[in-house]
Amino acid sequence: MIDKSMNPFLPYPVKIDEIITETGDHSLKTFKLVFLNKEDEEKFTFIPGQFCELSIPGKGEIPIGIASSPTEKGYLLFTVQKMGVVSGYLHSMKPGDIMGVRGPLGNWYPWDKMEGKNIVIIGGGCAFSTLRSSIVYIRAPENRKKFKQVTAVYGARCLDLLLYCDKLDEWKAGDDIDMHVTVDAIKDEETWRPEWHCNVGFVPSIVKEKVTSPADSIVIICGPPAMLKFTMPVLKDVGFTPEQIYLSLENRMKCGIGMCGRCNVGGKLVCKDGPVFSLAELGELPNET
Amino acid sequence: MTTKSFTKDALIKAADGLRKSYRVFVPVKVGKFHEFKLFEDGDKPDFEYRKTRKSPKGLIFPQSERMLEYSIDEHKPDHHIMKESPKDYSPQVVFGIRPYDAMSFKVMDVNFDTEDYKDPWWIKRYAATTLVGICRNDLDSKMFATENFSGPYDIRGLDVALYDLGDKYIAKSLTEKGEKALAAMGGNDVSAAELAAIEKLTPDTNAPQAAPTDKIKEKVVNDLFDSTMWEDIANGCINCGACTFLCPTCWCFDIQDEIHKREGDRLRIWDSCMFPLYTLHASGHNPRGKKVQRVRNRFMHKIKYYLDKYEKGIMCVGCGRCVEACPVNIDIRRVCELMNNFTK
Ligand SMILES: Cc1cc2nc3c(=O)[nH]c(=O)nc-3n(C[C@H](O)[C@H](O)[C@H](O)COP(=O)(O)OP(=O)(O)OC[C@H]3O[C@@H](n4cnc5c(N)ncnc54)[C@H](O)[C@@H]3O)c2cc1C
Ligand code: SF4
Ligand code: SF4
Ligand code: FES
Repeated sequence: MIDKSMNPFLPYPVKIDEIITETGDHSLKTFKLVFLNKEDEEKFTFIPGQFCELSIPGKGEIPIGIASSPTEKGYLLFTVQKMGVVSGYLHSMKPGDIMGVRGPLGNWYPWDKMEGKNIVIIGGGCAFSTLRSSIVYIRAPENRKKFKQVTAVYGARCLDLLLYCDKLDEWKAGDDIDMHVTVDAIKDEETWRPEWHCNVGFVPSIVKEKVTSPADSIVIICGPPAMLKFTMPVLKDVGFTPEQIYLSLENRMKCGIGMCGRCNVGGKLVCKDGPVFSLAELGELPNET
Repeated sequence: MTTKSFTKDALIKAADGLRKSYRVFVPVKVGKFHEFKLFEDGDKPDFEYRKTRKSPKGLIFPQSERMLEYSIDEHKPDHHIMKESPKDYSPQVVFGIRPYDAMSFKVMDVNFDTEDYKDPWWIKRYAATTLVGICRNDLDSKMFATENFSGPYDIRGLDVALYDLGDKYIAKSLTEKGEKALAAMGGNDVSAAELAAIEKLTPDTNAPQAAPTDKIKEKVVNDLFDSTMWEDIANGCINCGACTFLCPTCWCFDIQDEIHKREGDRLRIWDSCMFPLYTLHASGHNPRGKKVQRVRNRFMHKIKYYLDKYEKGIMCVGCGRCVEACPVNIDIRRVCELMNNFTK
């Protein structure tokens, strides 16, 4: 949360340190941001699952999940898909440019409940950012022992659209998590890294294959609507209850602190009461996502 | 608590006198309607008015307000770094506010002054504002009572109450801020007869009737939400937004950046849940793309979500502005009744 003594609308000034083009179609870039003031960096403490408002003077603000982990010190990572006015402008910015970050905002994955349990992480498409944060966080030496088995399934439409390829390599190579990467299809022209071990198939079918027991587990899942729609029945068949499944919502936002009103689902404000909700909690809310 | 007596002329002088130490806002008639304006030389405050067309919420929560400022001129050392815009928080008095409008600030305060986040502009301006309000039996037929406004002598939102006794006003301070303002207003000592007269004031037959909301608390959100009544309620709505714009308890806002040459401002501007853009995602998806969804959200927010969340009644002071302004006669009192009587 934003330090209570501060004006919650005032962003911290940051500098773009590095821009990584993640996907072959250039639609997703990861921005590495560093704080201009050391004190701000110290004040900014977050938990995986939270987001920030990226603030671009003259353009506006967009809510974006924090892709780096609190265990990665000295910078923040955000992976942004080029969509409209603000995200489009951000894609045209350069390293060295100054912008703002407001946050951390919202709640986080249920880390207190996840401790001592098996963790299943399921991500699809560009909604993998806070799951990246979570995997890096779990794998940190001081944290890994808090969790039992960790299984992750991540999919994209094709090889070219996979995010965080260096990390995926590292996670697959390690024996501390069970990492499964999948693409919907490998295109003929995709000669890129032919040695790359990757499943071919949709996320729900890989989940069906790799996630076989709900015992003592928590699932955190983020992805496009179609992926969610087809993965939920698979999880249900495996025996997961709505209390065991957590997902992160993305509603249109402005203030990010529960004041401007627009992000509500029923009586809950996604920016402040969420963005992370259990499926059980969502079941009690009006159906208006 | 202090009491003072003012003749009707003396009250205008008292408001004028306050200008020495406060920015004073008073009701004046502009064209056909009354509105609050900064009291300047030559203005004629009209304290006999019934209701301003636009609520005075903008005096604490301006329709458009500069929040932050910055320069995008790279030759400047602090370019692209946002700073709070300097503001005037000198004390202000809203002189002649009606009690329902004064209560609306209490209704909205829970949104801006929360445990987790504090809106600095709202908090500072509310703290710098003294509400001197007129209690009189002249409420109109579009008004109604809610938990947040029970009638013409409901003084909960005020710092000073001005009781209209026909030929004079009796002022009573109700808070520390009110005490200070009243001390600066002068006035005559109040006689025992005058004191007894204000004790005897009671709402007359025109006083607003309560909209029924007593059973709404026990209803299940999803049952109300899924009800077919919304199609009927929303049927005529043209999404003009007049209801939310005039409402003293609607607080939704938008945030926008504006650049003039190389200097920029980040502004907050009133917004309305009745507009489709309010919830439109960049992907084109819109969770409230249909008008029935928006109308439902407006009433569910005011009458159910707010009630459940804060346990301070419904988000409405019964001023009736939305009832009067709606071009298709959508009436919140009827919606209260439908929701209150709803059974699954
Ligand atoms: C909690 C949360 C986390 C998110 N994480 C990511 C992420 O990690 N990576 C990513 O690429 N995208 C993420 N999004 C979606 C991202 O916020 C939108 O794609 C982005 O706001 C589009 O802004 P724009 O200016 O490009 O679009 P425009 O259509 O030009 O939007 C103008 C304004 O509308 C608002 N807006 C529009 N669409 C959305 C939306 N879907 N969600 C919220 N606000 C919106 C913003 O305030 C924006 O400034 C997230 C959204 C939320 C709510
Ligand atoms: S009557 Fe209408 S305008 Fe007045 S406070 Fe209630 S909802 Fe708002
Ligand atoms: S004033 Fe009436 S028509 Fe206009 S948006 Fe409100 S309910 Fe709809
Ligand atoms: S984004 Fe403003 S209330 Fe949630």
